[in-house]
Amino acid sequence: MSDAIKAATLEYVTRLGDDSLVLGHRISEWVSYAPFLEEDIAYANVALDYVGRARMFYTYAAELAADGRTEDDFAYMRSDRDYRNLLLLEMPRGDFAYSQIRQLFADVYYSLVLPELVKSKDERIAAVAAKAIKETKYHVRRSRDWVHRLGDGTEESHKRTQKAADQLWGYTHEMFDMDETEQLLADNGIGVDVSKLRDQWHKDVSAILTESTITVPEDSWAVRGGRTGYHTENLGHMLTELQIVHRSHPGCQW
Amino acid sequence: MPDEEYQRLQQRNKAEVKELWDILDEVKDPEVPVLSIWDLGILRDVERNGNQVVVTITPTYSGCPAMDTITSDVETALNKAGYNEVVIKTILSPAWSSEWMSPQGRKNLREYGIAPSEDADLCEDGLTPEAHAQCPHCGSRNTRRISEFGSTACKALFQCNDCSEPFDYFKKI
Repeated sequence: MSDAIKAATLEYVTRLGDDSLVLGHRISEWVSYAPFLEEDIAYANVALDYVGRARMFYTYAAELAADGRTEDDFAYMRSDRDYRNLLLLEMPRGDFAYSQIRQLFADVYYSLVLPELVKSKDERIAAVAAKAIKETKYHVRRSRDWVHRLGDGTEESHKRTQKAADQLWGYTHEMFDMDETEQLLADNGIGVDVSKLRDQWHKDVSAILTESTITVPEDSWAVRGGRTGYHTENLGHMLTELQIVHRSHPGCQW
Repeated sequence: MPDEEYQRLQQRNKAEVKELWDILDEVKDPEVPVLSIWDLGILRDVERNGNQVVVTITPTYSGCPAMDTITSDVETALNKAGYNEVVIKTILSPAWSSEWMSPQGRKNLREYGIAPSEDADLCEDGLTPEAHAQCPHCGSRNTRRISEFGSTACKALFQCNDCSEPFDYFKKI
């Protein structure tokens, strides 16, 4: 592996880990607040899949970095400016419709990214993707069913679902951006060219929204910055909660 | 016998370290204590390098919280049998499949009150159906899914319409 590719792979794996951890944490915020017990458990399960995925990516990142850092350092010792996750995933929990719309956008995205990532020439990345692919099938089915139910539900649930779609749409464009790092890896068969997945994502998501009587938002504004460390104020607040125990009691185990 | 099951049995029976596989039968999944790690299919390989024993395991789900406990239980079981140098490797590929569960494991699951994946007709996409998983308590197929996600990542929750008992269903993955 050349130095340039190795550095790009470290950056890429960190991004994938950050995406998974940030979304996993956001989902976990529903635990004990979900509308009913089964949903509470479902959220806990999905959160666990994402946090587990984050851990596998961070373990690999730590090995690639080979500078003494561990998976925990990646998760707990970096500040918001060091995080490289997509902005969509750090948006607050919001109401149930908001969380489910975000989940639908993310789940459909991973249902397209993972089958590409599984072909990666990097065996570790391919192995994590192969594991995640199976879990994502269940995630997509769940978020799709919920968006159907909420969008085509009561007047109130429809209103909130439409509002969530309108509010989050502008954060989805960033998911399909390519930069030098990702282009280098895509050219070398290690990473995914996400710009090529945009049309399919739009088609899949639009179909589900339409079935749910939700109007597909128009592309009018876009916010970007997660991949370069420019985040919304939400991430900092989230990280204080995620990191406080580790930072207050370094090395603590139980 | 499905091919994967045959391959696993061959590997175990041919191994020069048969007694080590037998020792590891004592190690159970802490969340489903009637399944040994062999029955569950997460025990992938056992090797011996001089005094060192190398055990290879694979997680069921990415975030399976039982992996740490399983790792320490494997170590304890081998230490107790006099093997002090134990190395545990975790591999992700090939990804675990519920198909790897042994026939004995499936039987134990039913007796414990959990329906194994084969006790339901799956949806076209291979996912858990909304109804008709066989109730492990009374054997009825007149059942319905309560939740796709159950008490652990690997299970969904069903209820029997005949005997009214709720039961876990081991998801196909």
